[in-house]
Amino acid sequence: MKQETPVSSTTRVVKRLLLVVVGMFGFGFAMVPLYDVICDITGLNGKTSGRYAEVAPVLVEDRKITVQFMAQNTEGMTWIFEPNDAQVTVSPGEIKVVSYRARNTSDFAMVGQAIPSVAPNEAAQYLMKLECFCFQEQPLAAGEEVDMAIRFFVDENIPEKITKLTLSYSLFDITDYEIEGEVITAR
Amino acid sequence: MSASHDDHHHGPAKGLSRWLYTTNHKDIGTLYLWFSFAMFLLGGTFAMVIRAELFQPGLQLVEPNFFNQMTTMHGLIMVFGAVMPAFVGLANWLVPMMIGAPDMALPRMNNWSFWILPFAFAMLTATLFMDAGAPNFGWTFYAPLSTTYAPSTVTFFIFAVHIMGASSIMGSINIIATILNMRAPGMTLMKMPLFVWTWLITAYLLIAVMPVLAGVVTMMLFDIHFGTSFFNAAGGGDPVLFQHVFWFFGHPEVYIMILPAFGVVSAIIPTFARKRLFGYDSMVYATASIAFLSFIVWAHHMFTVGMPLAGELFFMYATMLIAVPTGVKVFNWVATMFRGSMTFETPMLFAIAFVVLFTMGGFTGLMLAITPADFQYHDTYFVVAHFHYVLVPGSIFSIMAATYYWLPKWTGHMYDERLGKLHFWLSFIGVNVLFFPQHFLGLAGMPRRIPDYALQFADFNWISSIGGFLFGASQLILLVVVIKCIKGGKKATAQVWEGAQGLEWTLDSPAPYHTFTTPPDPKLIHAQ
Repeated sequence: MKQETPVSSTTRVVKRLLLVVVGMFGFGFAMVPLYDVICDITGLNGKTSGRYAEVAPVLVEDRKITVQFMAQNTEGMTWIFEPNDAQVTVSPGEIKVVSYRARNTSDFAMVGQAIPSVAPNEAAQYLMKLECFCFQEQPLAAGEEVDMAIRFFVDENIPEKITKLTLSYSLFDITDYEIEGEVITAR
Repeated sequence: MSASHDDHHHGPAKGLSRWLYTTNHKDIGTLYLWFSFAMFLLGGTFAMVIRAELFQPGLQLVEPNFFNQMTTMHGLIMVFGAVMPAFVGLANWLVPMMIGAPDMALPRMNNWSFWILPFAFAMLTATLFMDAGAPNFGWTFYAPLSTTYAPSTVTFFIFAVHIMGASSIMGSINIIATILNMRAPGMTLMKMPLFVWTWLITAYLLIAVMPVLAGVVTMMLFDIHFGTSFFNAAGGGDPVLFQHVFWFFGHPEVYIMILPAFGVVSAIIPTFARKRLFGYDSMVYATASIAFLSFIVWAHHMFTVGMPLAGELFFMYATMLIAVPTGVKVFNWVATMFRGSMTFETPMLFAIAFVVLFTMGGFTGLMLAITPADFQYHDTYFVVAHFHYVLVPGSIFSIMAATYYWLPKWTGHMYDERLGKLHFWLSFIGVNVLFFPQHFLGLAGMPRRIPDYALQFADFNWISSIGGFLFGASQLILLVVVIKCIKGGKKATAQVWEGAQGLEWTLDSPAPYHTFTTPPDPKLIHAQ
């Protein structure tokens, strides 16, 4: 066994610790996708998943679930933004189309982005969207009005205790981001 | 090399360059301690502004926005500027002397890790004089308050945090390298004084979480300046993610501020009880368990954000579990004092006050850990009272205890015991008058971080402010004691305290500029 000098063993310790530092810095950033994955699995933050494109839904006709719709503008958003139906009653597996209405009341073209949230949070993973205006940005010219559709169904595996769920959209003004040429990939 | 070779024999260089270029662990320890004391007074001044504004209901002295700047800067300066550098300073002074090493393993980096700190805090403090004002989003800087709605000075804050993090990481690497490589022959790991053990574990915690803090402020920087959406819901990000990343750093951080305090108290209580520390091994294992648990409890800071029930339960039970190793420690300190020949010099008074008052802070922590109760306590003055009880009569009392305990070793003079006792009693009374009523305020529903409050809270706030002014003013006594002790006083012996154990007490007082250039006699190293 070669006797190690303190200097070389210090270098070894320092190198290892620096690796830990770099690793933990990376871990901080790795928490971002990790968080998304965990939220997806658990419905932690009430975010709905992206476009549903898997097996066809199974209809369960003897259950009824009330789906309520809400809309709110975040700070600085001036559009009129509201659901056309306050609530609908669906059976699990039944595909339903509802719509929201948005009107740009300002004198210039703007771009909006709606971000969904479901309450209770655990219901988020059972709300399947086949089509949603929240999948893309919504540009509106000055004074323009648009009806925006959502085609969705409630998964048949939704727990028995959930009989009512609320789908809420927050509308953000992302006009400035657009000007900078940013690509927004919200769901 | 020849110049530094000469220095080794002639003691420190003279003048300012001694402090700028020094690589001596004692000089750097002194720099850290003075820096932290300066920051303690600065952060304390901000606290006085807060307490003055809260002295009466209504808006008297400052604008609400400036009040928010005060609470933010108070928290940042005290956590990163006062408590953390004070413990690093103690580590610099004491770790080499306790393990029989001639200096830290990486002296040049040691110099750098100190000297970048003044720049970080100058940058942070300078924001107070800028048009946009200092950061006003609380020391926890939750996004989007600290991104979308932040004053433009937030960028200075971000870079200041980067520099502080770099300093802490370098300091920690140095401490670990020193402890692992530079121990004197015969100083096995399980013979190390507990202060060295607690710092070894703390340094690992720092290395694990400071990069995460650097990461989270970097994400903020990108969100603010480069159009990313880590925490911006409009772009698909999530503000709650910020809280998870922040508290993944933040919870180990609170143990970073208390574990070295455990080490200090574990050194002082045996000395003045004139008994060996009860349960040394269990102290080491308890410290390690606390460090491990600190990584799996972070979400108890955010019970109210909306988590699945299983998550809330997990974080509740994990948090409560921390009471077990902490209880082991408190039990051991009390058992050490039990039937000891106790005397009550100033360091011992601070150490006993630490045990009592830290335990109270621990109990309120247990109350806060109860998820359903936390919905009531969240963001109230009860939380403020809780963490100030563990940080002020906890961490800060232990730093003061350490200062009084090792001051004769550092300066070669005994401090003024009467002034020391006066400082202790005024601090002890002040801190309790200051923070105890805040428990009642919180339970009655007073929210934290507000410049004005409902009339029903007036009396307790009045009492709290009086305690605050008393506590604040009495810290000037510490300054007087330290300066008097540096200038002169009764000559201290090498042993200083009758019951003191450990290698640092085998050295002369004041400790020579260079110590243990040859390793100490292994016979001097005792089992703990």
